[in-house]
Amino acid sequence: MTAPTVVIVDDHAIFRSGVQAELGDLVEVLGEAGTVEDAVRAIAERRPDVVLLDVHMPGGGGVEVIRQVFAARPDQRFLALSVSDAPEDVIAVVRAGARGYVTKTITGPELADAVRRVRDGDAVFSPRLAGFVLDAFADSLPADEVDPELDQLTAREREVLRYIARGYLYKEIALRLGISAKTVEAHVSSVLRKLQLSNRHELSRWAVARRLVD
Amino acid sequence: MSADRTLRRDPGNAMIAGVCAGIARRLGVDPIVPRVGFVVVAIGTSGIGALAYLALWAAMPAEARERPERRRRRRGSWRIATGVALLALSVLLVFRQLGVWWSDALVWPLVLAAFGVALLISLTRPAPEDAAEPASEEARRRRRSREAAGRLSLAGFGIALVLGAGLLFLWARGVLNAAGDVALAAVVVIVGVGLILAPLWWRFARSLAAERAQRIRSQERAELSAHLHDSVLQTLALVQRRADDPADVAQLARRQERELRAWLAGAPPLQPDERVADALRAAAIEVEETRGAPIEVVVVGDCPLDEPLEALVAAAREALTNAAKFAADGQIRLYAEVEDERVTAYVDDRGEGFDPERVPSDRRGLRESIIGRMERQGGHAEVRSQPGRGTEVELSVGRRR
Repeated sequence: MTAPTVVIVDDHAIFRSGVQAELGDLVEVLGEAGTVEDAVRAIAERRPDVVLLDVHMPGGGGVEVIRQVFAARPDQRFLALSVSDAPEDVIAVVRAGARGYVTKTITGPELADAVRRVRDGDAVFSPRLAGFVLDAFADSLPADEVDPELDQLTAREREVLRYIARGYLYKEIALRLGISAKTVEAHVSSVLRKLQLSNRHELSRWAVARRLVD
Repeated sequence: MSADRTLRRDPGNAMIAGVCAGIARRLGVDPIVPRVGFVVVAIGTSGIGALAYLALWAAMPAEARERPERRRRRRGSWRIATGVALLALSVLLVFRQLGVWWSDALVWPLVLAAFGVALLISLTRPAPEDAAEPASEEARRRRRSREAAGRLSLAGFGIALVLGAGLLFLWARGVLNAAGDVALAAVVVIVGVGLILAPLWWRFARSLAAERAQRIRSQERAELSAHLHDSVLQTLALVQRRADDPADVAQLARRQERELRAWLAGAPPLQPDERVADALRAAAIEVEETRGAPIEVVVVGDCPLDEPLEALVAAAREALTNAAKFAADGQIRLYAEVEDERVTAYVDDRGEGFDPERVPSDRRGLRESIIGRMERQGGHAEVRSQPGRGTEVELSVGRRR
């Protein structure tokens, strides 16, 4: 399998070179960008498999990059990478279209693995994002307001998210639940879809009230 | 309408003192009707009407404030001043009618002075709070400075009126006539200086507001730098001194990161004695700091702490301590979820693990502090471990309703 190609978008040059060093040969870095404008241009020119995207940047942040790139290339894949733990930021960038979120403390090999999975169309949830999602979908809504397709997690999806929140890898989860790793990935992708499409009002408001930042 | 038939002034809707508004309310007509009436009568009787107004002002008690005012607004300084000036004029006209008359030289300056003084007095009263306060701090600040500038120029105008009235009086009395040219020159100079100073004055008022905003900004900056100095810079200094001890440095960095995050997020301090989520976080921080092993905490939901939950937190702390002891290098995770019926917590580590069958029965940590503690509260604890594959501790307890 060839190494996935990425463009790193972050307004801190030190951080970009740090990521590049950590990734080493596992991932081919096609380019870097420090602003929204540069990022949009670099992504259009280099066409990477995955964009590693900082949530916080001057000029609208990661959400703005996703918005502008999607206008031309709706199939571009993004993985959010951030020091920010603020649930509203994380949820916002995932709802904008990122296929996952990992924190900047992730190790190089783990990050390379996450990039590969995003390239292959899977979703990547950090334990923290899994916790946010469980919380966002926790409250039961009145039956007439619920679209069960989008507004509720299945018991299995919940179970998978719980294991992710506890730091389990997909293959470990598969082992525990007696299902295949592919099925685990399918569950996570389904949760991602719900997270992006559900209109649950909590998804935009809940974070403020709940203070999940730790 | 109240049963009270007394005629009362209505200062809440007043033009001058609320006499007309009060009459209008008593008669159930628009205030404009008695107002126009008063003006017509005042002109027709050469001022007697104005005297009547003054008499009514004195005689009518003011409306008791229990009734919510229909229109609470800032009464324009201009209107009040004009009203007072007109009243002064009327009084003087009445005196003329009665044969008591000085001269135009006194009347007009007096009216002017009354106008100016009323303007100044009206400015000293606080403006009522506007119900439609702009939402953003920036907009509020801008509006406050605009109002301050407005008041300043009104005050200037009032002072000019009073001074002008004095000059006019002196000039009319002929005191200045002897030096008429000088006076004219003085007036021209004063007007000229006023014209020159007016823009400066305006800019001064603006810069006062700007300076205030600047001061607020610099205060914020001072606060920020004080915080960074006490926390981040101190930590960086410590990191340099302990550069040869990676574990120490990592711990310092983590503690600083936690503090800075909490500060940036503006999060209220943890309430470990009241909320279960905060209690678990505090327990993790405590173990992390005493044992030096990083612990990742994810808590879903929250609820108030009670006795069974305190047991759960204590058991989780024990499990974390064990994990930190035996899995010092690996990642430790605490995941807890508050559901309607129960609270569940998991402590996972990727350490060396052990065979639960072979734990000596006298090991109090596991049996007593974790399992026994949970069971006494009607809860449940389970420890799963395999040598080489880490350990997981599952704790759960029902929620009291």
